[in-house]
Amino acid sequence: MDTKNIMIVGVGGQGTLLASKTLGYVLLHQGYDVKVSEVHGMSQRGGSVVTYVRWGSRVYSPVIDKGEADLILSFEELEAARWLEYLKPGGQIITNTQQVEPMPVIIGAAWYPENLIEKMRTAGAQVDAVDFLALAEQAGSAKAVNIVLLGRLSTYFPEISYESWQEAIDACVPKKFLELNKRAFELGRNCEKNGQETCGE
Amino acid sequence: MKELMLGNKAVARGLYEAGCCVISSYPGTPSTEITEEAALYEDIYCEWAPNEKVALEVAHGASLGRRRSACAMKHVGLNVAADPLFTISYQGVNAGLVICVADDPGMHSSQNEQDSRHYAQAAKVPMLEPSDSAEARLFAMKAFELSEAFNTPVLLKMCTRVSHSQSVVEPGERTVPAQVPYVKDPTKVMMTANSRNAHVRVEQRTKDLIAYAEDCELNRVEMGDPSLGIITGSTSYQYAREVFGERASILKLGMSYPLPEKLIRDFAAKVDRVIVLEELDPIIENHCKQLGIPVEGKSLFPICGEFSQNLVRSCMGEELPQVMTIPDAIPGRPPVMCAGCPHRGIFYILKKLNCMVYGDIGCYTLGAVAPLNAMDLNVCMGASCSGLHGFNKAMGAEGEKRSVGVIGDSTFIHSGITGITDIAYNMSNSTIIILDNSITGMTGHQQNPTTGKNLRGEPAGKVDLEALCRALGFRRVPVVDPYDLAQVEAVIKEELAAEEPSIIISRRPCVMIKGTIHKAPLKVDQEKCVGCKSCMRIGCPAISVRNGKAVIDTTLCIGCQVCTQMCKLDALVSGEE
Repeated sequence: MDTKNIMIVGVGGQGTLLASKTLGYVLLHQGYDVKVSEVHGMSQRGGSVVTYVRWGSRVYSPVIDKGEADLILSFEELEAARWLEYLKPGGQIITNTQQVEPMPVIIGAAWYPENLIEKMRTAGAQVDAVDFLALAEQAGSAKAVNIVLLGRLSTYFPEISYESWQEAIDACVPKKFLELNKRAFELGRNCEKNGQETCGE
Repeated sequence: MKELMLGNKAVARGLYEAGCCVISSYPGTPSTEITEEAALYEDIYCEWAPNEKVALEVAHGASLGRRRSACAMKHVGLNVAADPLFTISYQGVNAGLVICVADDPGMHSSQNEQDSRHYAQAAKVPMLEPSDSAEARLFAMKAFELSEAFNTPVLLKMCTRVSHSQSVVEPGERTVPAQVPYVKDPTKVMMTANSRNAHVRVEQRTKDLIAYAEDCELNRVEMGDPSLGIITGSTSYQYAREVFGERASILKLGMSYPLPEKLIRDFAAKVDRVIVLEELDPIIENHCKQLGIPVEGKSLFPICGEFSQNLVRSCMGEELPQVMTIPDAIPGRPPVMCAGCPHRGIFYILKKLNCMVYGDIGCYTLGAVAPLNAMDLNVCMGASCSGLHGFNKAMGAEGEKRSVGVIGDSTFIHSGITGITDIAYNMSNSTIIILDNSITGMTGHQQNPTTGKNLRGEPAGKVDLEALCRALGFRRVPVVDPYDLAQVEAVIKEELAAEEPSIIISRRPCVMIKGTIHKAPLKVDQEKCVGCKSCMRIGCPAISVRNGKAVIDTTLCIGCQVCTQMCKLDALVSGEE
């Protein structure tokens, strides 16, 4: 099997690491060779963060390069746009519609671009944009947005069983937050795929 | 059972399985998790040392005490540990000693991108270089065997992409070699005749290691298409296979010092064209050229920065994947000091007073970025103290009245103490600010000798910073709360004016430490706020201005009230009930 590539992108502190850990667990237990790569350190202080997840019969490079990603799972709109060049032409983006202003925008040195989702679609990307933060809050905590996104991601892999995702969540999420995250996963997985920017109740 | 394992965790696993009993390290990205993961095994004594030199000496001491031991550090940490390294190379070991060092090509979290392989060459110490987590575990175990077989410390070289990538590992059981009794050996005293004999032994050892490198399992040939031969190692091996698959033959070197000779000659003879693919400096390339083998390396690939598959494709004239773009400029998202960070107030005041700030290594280096822009310089751990002293000796009163050195608690213990000793001893009128946030922040919250807890979070010895500074000769050691801007400003002004050396201790725990008490997020009084943006001058990520009013991000704000002190209209109010 050819290597498949997913990038998980967001802002330091949004919980991207738990999402990549859980996804890595799922893929390993499907019997694939898997590599998950991220950079720790400075990027955790509110900076742009990216995790590369690759799987297949044999994976070599730990990173994904420009034009190679099959799918980008984004916790924030601007971050989806930042990494667009890494997507294969016509590739899939799943993005939270939350906007987090970076420091250059806060201090007025730069502008947060408008209509990013439309622009990414015009560029040729498939964009599934949802207010996942609202769904996380509905599940009980804004912090569960990572597992809501993972729930949505799971619908793009019909070959991976529902039980496999459940097992991974059981194994990766701290016991204390298990119920919350299971609710979050269901909300992400079952919210209708409508290409609209809001969904949920 | 197979497990997806971080490279650093795999090193820890390898150390554990090989029966390592003592680990002493100083944290540094990307090496930190090696020691943190090892500390989860109760059978290994693990500690944070004050710096890498101490860590290596501790680990070597444990080796002399006949227990397999290790230490871990980032590339620049090996500079600090270089002094013991060179002589430990002569003296040898009693039980295996593994020195893990993690380079940072691309400088994701470092001040330079030096290539640690030079140290292996310079100190004449063998170096192993894994290319994924499975090898990280295996090579860590192999390193102990080599250390004992050749009576040498062994360097295990990681890099960001091996340290911080997870790949599949199959763990095994732990075996602890029997501890042989300690016996006094007069040749271990490194002086005159002993050292001269030791040097002769080291030269012979290198010859023996070269013979070993010729046909050991660490180096391997993977023959594919013979029109292109690639000599490579570490993560570059992965990029070579990613790009060329079977379209090239590969000599993968898992041992980057000493390098084999016959193995390389034989490989070169089997292929039409030989290229060397290695990140940073041309070390394998120069070795090949010394052997008289025509290879291409840095004529094709850059010395600076990190490699990737597209970089290899581009340098080799291969086609690059197509990409999609949008017309907009995407604003950068640089890391920033956290909301409520106790360093923020200090840097705001230093900027306000137009001070020359000699910074250091830690989260507070972020004081250099907009909008605070309150740092002039930094170099390496501890340079804020000694560097400022030199600056002031050159500048005289012009420097002394407006310059400060700024250093974190952990960095101060690491290398600041000797610097301030120089200030006190040679009496420069210098002012140092110790940013005591009770943790080693940048590397992800490690304990240190000022926190009163050890690596495992248990109660431990605690350095009394004020008493230490006084003992070194400082009479002026005021303590300030960095949330109190008026106090900070008054004290900095006073200490700069004083005609003697001062240490200001700014004390407030890092807001990210578990258990730090946060207050309710602030509220904006919509009546009073006029949108003047005064509050934004401190560069807090929790504050923005929308539609002419300040907006507080309640998920980030911890109610530190530093911004409140910026607002002349009292528009930022406590959110406490």
